[in-house]
Amino acid sequence: MVSMASSGTSQNILSARALGIVACQRCTKAAPLGTRTCDRCGHKLQSRDPMSLQRVWAYWFVGLLCYIPANVYPMLKTQTLFSTDESTIIGGAVELAHHGAFGIAAIILIASVVIPLAKFWAVAYLAVSVTQPTRVSNQRRQFIYEIVEYIGRWSMIDIFVVAILSALVQLKTLASINPGPASIFFALSVIFTMLSAQAFDSRMIWDVQTKRDSAT
Amino acid sequence: MKDFAAPDIDVVLDDVIVCPQCDAVYRMKKPGHGERAACQRCHKVLIAPRRNAGLHIIAIALAVLFLIVGAAVFPFLTIDAAGTKNAVSILDAALAFSGGPMVFLSLATAGLIIFVPLLRVVLTLYVLVPLVLDRPAARHAIGAFRLSEALRPWSMAEIFAIGCAVALVKISDLANVGFGPAFWMFGILVVLVIAQDSFMCKWSVWHRLEHPKTS
Repeated sequence: MVSMASSGTSQNILSARALGIVACQRCTKAAPLGTRTCDRCGHKLQSRDPMSLQRVWAYWFVGLLCYIPANVYPMLKTQTLFSTDESTIIGGAVELAHHGAFGIAAIILIASVVIPLAKFWAVAYLAVSVTQPTRVSNQRRQFIYEIVEYIGRWSMIDIFVVAILSALVQLKTLASINPGPASIFFALSVIFTMLSAQAFDSRMIWDVQTKRDSAT
Repeated sequence: MKDFAAPDIDVVLDDVIVCPQCDAVYRMKKPGHGERAACQRCHKVLIAPRRNAGLHIIAIALAVLFLIVGAAVFPFLTIDAAGTKNAVSILDAALAFSGGPMVFLSLATAGLIIFVPLLRVVLTLYVLVPLVLDRPAARHAIGAFRLSEALRPWSMAEIFAIGCAVALVKISDLANVGFGPAFWMFGILVVLVIAQDSFMCKWSVWHRLEHPKTS
């Protein structure tokens, strides 16, 4: 790994904003502060997006609102010869655990309960942390942000399982599986939390530190 | 803050690279093949050129193109319970949510597992083939590459593959479930998509698009 020649010392890396530069977040090209669009890729240039946090919170709330019905309504409707069974996300996982499939129950619980809740917490925490002083180091907050961005997509796994099951298990009278109303809310919740994380401008994490350092 | 402003940096904007994640400014020093330049404070990889990366990516992209089409059409799971059989392709699975508001889910699933990955492959080929052949960049290549990068988080083929495994275990006590040819295609596809992403050095592509004849 070669490290870049930095413009400051390694302890004191300068941000582009402090140097009067605005950089394209899509293609990393630098331009003087105040340039509107990147002349390499045409992406909109903004040194810091003033609306970033507002969009983060807007998507965050919609995602959270969708997450509630996603857990209340049934995810799957299973019809077998004699019975109809409707199971919610948590109910389905508990049922799997009763059958002895602990591994799969754990995957489902982690992918559709633990990860979404952790994501709501992490995005909210990051959005709050850039507006007030915090003791948590920037590296750690950057790490949280990267995890949120990477892991958010994996919550879609439950939707895909529902899709596969409802397409596959259509055995006329014997057994059939159909998606329940929770699936659409869950998909929306995942999509909106992904949008919320994307709206977060991670450069703000590092701004706070610069402010704090110059204050001391 | 003002005393930091070094005047020479404002002048040579082309020699400067800025970390898109944390806004740190570095003076450009292009790493050699196989080396990586990473941001010192947030450790994001900024430049990672590889020898013949373009050719490798094109080869992988072509393979992915055929695999996606094949995987979408052939059956990928078969089910057999007490004489009643059913075989589904990925398209069937994506279109499982039919009727009423569920149509939205159908469209979203089909998009995330077939059309977005497919579109990304086509865009990648469109951008990279002229560059590798040392021809002038294709028309709108810059917009195409930008779109391809924007779609990256929405391409969910590998997540679908894990979903298959979960679904299999979920119904294995209900019926006999078998793999169709498309399942194996999808397995290979997941590996290829990950390899393709690791070969791709975005900075190099942008640089070549901007300076077609040099380098």
